[in-house]
Amino acid sequence: MTEISNAPTVDAIVRGYRKRAMWRIALVAAAALMLFVTIVLDVITGPADLDFWRVAEVILNPSVATAKEEVIVWDLRLPVAMMAVVVGAMLGVSGAELQTILNNPLAEPFTLGLSAAASFGAAVAIVLGWSVLPGVGALFVTVNAFVFAMGASLLLFLVTRLRGANPETMILMGIAMMFTFNALLALLQYGASELQLAQLIFWQLGSLSRATWPKVAICVVILAVVLPYFLGRSWALTALRMGEDKAAALGVNVNALRLMVLAGVSLLAAVAVSFVGAIAFVGLVAPHIARMIVGEDQRGFLTLSAVAGALILSGTSILSKAITPGVVYPIGMITSLIGVPFFVSLILGQRKRHWQ
Amino acid sequence: MTLKVHDLRFSYGARAILRGTGFAPLKKGHLTALIGPNASGKSTLFRAIAGLLKAEGKVILDRTDLATLSPKARLSRVCFMPQFFAANAALTVFDVVMMARKNLTGWRVTSEDTEAVAHALRDARIGHLAEAYISELSGGQAQMVSVAQALIRDSDVYLFDEPTSALDLNHQLRMLGQIKDAIAARKAIGVVALHDLNLAARFADHLILLRQGEVLAEGAPDEVLQLPEIAQTYGVDIHITTGPREDLVVHAYSHD
Repeated sequence: MTEISNAPTVDAIVRGYRKRAMWRIALVAAAALMLFVTIVLDVITGPADLDFWRVAEVILNPSVATAKEEVIVWDLRLPVAMMAVVVGAMLGVSGAELQTILNNPLAEPFTLGLSAAASFGAAVAIVLGWSVLPGVGALFVTVNAFVFAMGASLLLFLVTRLRGANPETMILMGIAMMFTFNALLALLQYGASELQLAQLIFWQLGSLSRATWPKVAICVVILAVVLPYFLGRSWALTALRMGEDKAAALGVNVNALRLMVLAGVSLLAAVAVSFVGAIAFVGLVAPHIARMIVGEDQRGFLTLSAVAGALILSGTSILSKAITPGVVYPIGMITSLIGVPFFVSLILGQRKRHWQ
Repeated sequence: MTLKVHDLRFSYGARAILRGTGFAPLKKGHLTALIGPNASGKSTLFRAIAGLLKAEGKVILDRTDLATLSPKARLSRVCFMPQFFAANAALTVFDVVMMARKNLTGWRVTSEDTEAVAHALRDARIGHLAEAYISELSGGQAQMVSVAQALIRDSDVYLFDEPTSALDLNHQLRMLGQIKDAIAARKAIGVVALHDLNLAARFADHLILLRQGEVLAEGAPDEVLQLPEIAQTYGVDIHITTGPREDLVVHAYSHD
């Protein structure tokens, strides 16, 4: 322990904290600015030859656009760009809160079997042609994926309630579900035709091309409900990272908090996965990036996890169109390719390793 | 203001930890040392008083039966901070003391909050660690952070579970001095679980001896320490002498 003859004054301590707080705000703002840039890039990239100024004109004053331009910008590119941002944020937030409540750095919606359940739901639709909800028309693949993902979450939720909300039970139960749904999925794949198999793989690889304004709106509404709830529980969630004991001593009802957060995360992840497919990497990595940059005071951590998730997926969307002109690659492949180098550089560069 | 603890009973399965634990009302401004061998129920007693585990019996603060309060309201009147914490989070010392200060309310951190945390860190002599990550702290530093987390809270009762167990001699004396001063200045009720009888004799106004969940003796340190129960409880020979500053010095000798 260092001797305290040269102990800092109260003013110096306050200055130190303020500096970090300002720095934290600046970093989140910088990330938000970068996100704005990627959104713009996302909207101006694509096979149709529209430059930045023309796209800006079409967006600001749709009456000048030709019918073709209007469709390209308003019905294709903008919903895709927005979907990337919102779904990325949803996955980033889901991962951040799962890692927090499960006290596990590897937790993300996919660890708990949610994506396996969604994939199985999609397979039921694609291979067997069954729709779990009647009357949903062409959306039945999406609806099936959502229903199965929510069903899996509900099962996890019930088991957690009955057996007590300890992280070990939740993770083991999630892994059990993941294997179960993967086995069921394999069974369906085994009996599927080549065409169905191709469709299924394409669904699993993830794609933003199915984005529409109503889907974007649904995602925005859900995020607008769940994120403020999480932000409102910032101190409790931050306290949980110091251990259950400490959090309980500060007045956190740990079990209730875990269950509520699990419910919120399930909703976010189920919607995200059913709309865009299984994109595994974002939920895992966005929170780690946020943690390394602003630490785990949830007020900064949660915000930056959302922005980082949005940035990764928005960047992915650009790259998926830019690699081969005229071809849009599935985003599930690209997320890892652009996220990993950045992630590894952060791991190698950071001054202190947490989770030890 | 007094804290009355009456006939507390608690078991883990068939193993009874608290067996009708109770003692004379604790007074405000006084620091009480809870002494007793390992597994005598000190931590369990603290948790029962704070309401972190459900024990039978009564805990009455002034005229309020604490069982009638919500868990959160109870914890804001009775502060019990576990001394150790999971240290794998990317949180700084400043962050975690701020967390204790905000007490899970309000999102915004005001400049009063910031000043209060800075004062708490300076008073606890950990100002130089303000921006250090909690994962970088030694065991002793973590204890100092925990005490700062407790003292930044505005409570009526403060329970400290072996706050000096990982500290060096100098910091032990400073820590207990700080706790004693804070309790006196706030006119709060302080209880500190201690293994070191010399520290208990030096800093406590009142001693409670606990063995297997029962209170064997209580009273002023110079009386309690002379009792044969102390030697019996710990299974050692004990001699009390007066130190150079008119303080009690406890000498303990093992039987073998």
